[in-house]
Amino acid sequence: MLKQISVFLENKKGVLARATKLLGREGIDLIALSIADTTDFGIMRCLVSRPDDALKVLSENGFLASTTEVLAVAVPDTPGGLAGLLDLIEAGDINVDYLYSFVRNPNENALILLKPDDVDACRKLFAEKGIVTLSDEEVYEGAGK
Amino acid sequence: MIFSPAIECAERSEIEAIQLDRLKSTVKRVYETVPYYKEKLDAAGVKPEDIQSLDDLKKIPFTTKADMRANYPYRLFAVPMKDIVRIHASSGTTGTATVVGYTKTDLDNWAECVARVVCQAGATPDDIAQISFGYGLFTGALGLHYGLEKLGAAVIPVSAGNTKRQIQLMQDYGTTLLVGTPSYALYIGETAKQMGVDLHELPIRLGVLGAEGHTEEMRKAIEDLYGMRVFENYGLSEVMGPGVAGECTEQVGMHIAEDHFIVEIIDPETGENKAPGEMGEVVITTITKEGQPLLRYRTRDISSISYEKCACGRTSARMHKVLGRSDDMLIIRGVNVFPSQIESVILSVPGAGPNYEIIVTKENHMDRLEVLVEVNSAELLAKFAELERITNSIRSRLREEILLDVKVSLVNPMSLKRFEGKAKRVTDLRDKGE
Repeated sequence: MLKQISVFLENKKGVLARATKLLGREGIDLIALSIADTTDFGIMRCLVSRPDDALKVLSENGFLASTTEVLAVAVPDTPGGLAGLLDLIEAGDINVDYLYSFVRNPNENALILLKPDDVDACRKLFAEKGIVTLSDEEVYEGAGK
Repeated sequence: MIFSPAIECAERSEIEAIQLDRLKSTVKRVYETVPYYKEKLDAAGVKPEDIQSLDDLKKIPFTTKADMRANYPYRLFAVPMKDIVRIHASSGTTGTATVVGYTKTDLDNWAECVARVVCQAGATPDDIAQISFGYGLFTGALGLHYGLEKLGAAVIPVSAGNTKRQIQLMQDYGTTLLVGTPSYALYIGETAKQMGVDLHELPIRLGVLGAEGHTEEMRKAIEDLYGMRVFENYGLSEVMGPGVAGECTEQVGMHIAEDHFIVEIIDPETGENKAPGEMGEVVITTITKEGQPLLRYRTRDISSISYEKCACGRTSARMHKVLGRSDDMLIIRGVNVFPSQIESVILSVPGAGPNYEIIVTKENHMDRLEVLVEVNSAELLAKFAELERITNSIRSRLREEILLDVKVSLVNPMSLKRFEGKAKRVTDLRDKGE
């Protein structure tokens, strides 16, 4: 199960730097990162090498943080690659709360992290349609341990 | 249970007869023994014998905090020092402290008034009461202490502070009743949660909280945290301390100890008396105090009074929840705002608070109001829209309630200041740098 960390970011100078520094100090590697924000606050969503440790260190240092299960899928790096995947999910009557992409190695497939409203249904749909989700090991491969 | 049914359930006419009798003797006494009051009454052309009905009270000039300061420390005492057995001082919420002296009889009456307050909140001699008000010059702790002892409860005088120990005592001693400020009760509750102590599993069942007001929403938040009922009471050190009025289990207003105090509501601008039910400034006359009687003391607290008989059986007049002190009122771009209005809005939005701070600044000559609100659950991070819902609902409800655009900033849990005594949640930076 792929665990994503969500961190609440106050709208203050240096908050993101403080959060990432905390992770760095613990030797936790950031694999993928996405930030959504308004003028009032932000949420950082990220994949890290050791999600349980990351949650602990962030919470102990006053950050509001939680973990969520997400799915990682490799999408061919061609025009329409992502659209095809999304069509399929829509056809399966599943909503995507949010998604973001990341790359482990240049020249490879684009990797998509997605948070469907129903993770189990989405995983089942992918299995039926032969879409391969990446395992923890595959995602973390090459990341600093 | 009713602590003193003979007086708490007396006919209105009987209550008024007692009040008139005691008012007459109080006015006579201060006229004869307190030079400042003699001068004041002479200047107003009022003689003690002019007081022939409760309505004549209107003829008497007000006493203000400034009068108390002008007579600092002892010049309003109506008895020689040999009869004074206790001295307290106001907590100095606004400006310098004011001093209050009590005779032995005053202390007995005080204990009686507080015993009524805790009894009508449902306390019994079986209760184990933890007093988490700070002991000292402040009247709150010793006031509740003597009143609870008079009722027959077991009192634990732990005082404020050392929050983890407060929780330890609750567990070890089986505390059933907590006394403290609402802010401190909240802080203790949050700390227990962090320590992994489930207060719902402990015997604690009753909170008698005071020294600062709290909104219904804050009451609910504290009740949920402990699994107990919270009761409000009213008093101020200048006239005695806690015990002036308190809620019964019906919780529709606070019953006034009318055999010890006459409470009026006036228009703070004109000084005219308001009709029952109308909001205005609370004015209190002490009618049994020996050490330091006060005539028509202007409390600066905003409330209203009703005189209907309560479903609990008591006939005493009831004071509505205090909306705020006129000193606490903020004027933002010409709009009068009580911090309690903002508290109500913030705490009515799920996911927000209960801890918050209000900051007022001036930018380009315009007042600017910002509220900092703690997000209280990590589950809200699942959807961005959930957090936006919090800021948007607080903003739109505040716009309806106080007609102002307010900046709402969400902050991390446990990141705002916590309080062991009275909270200070408003920071007004407008005087600085102007």
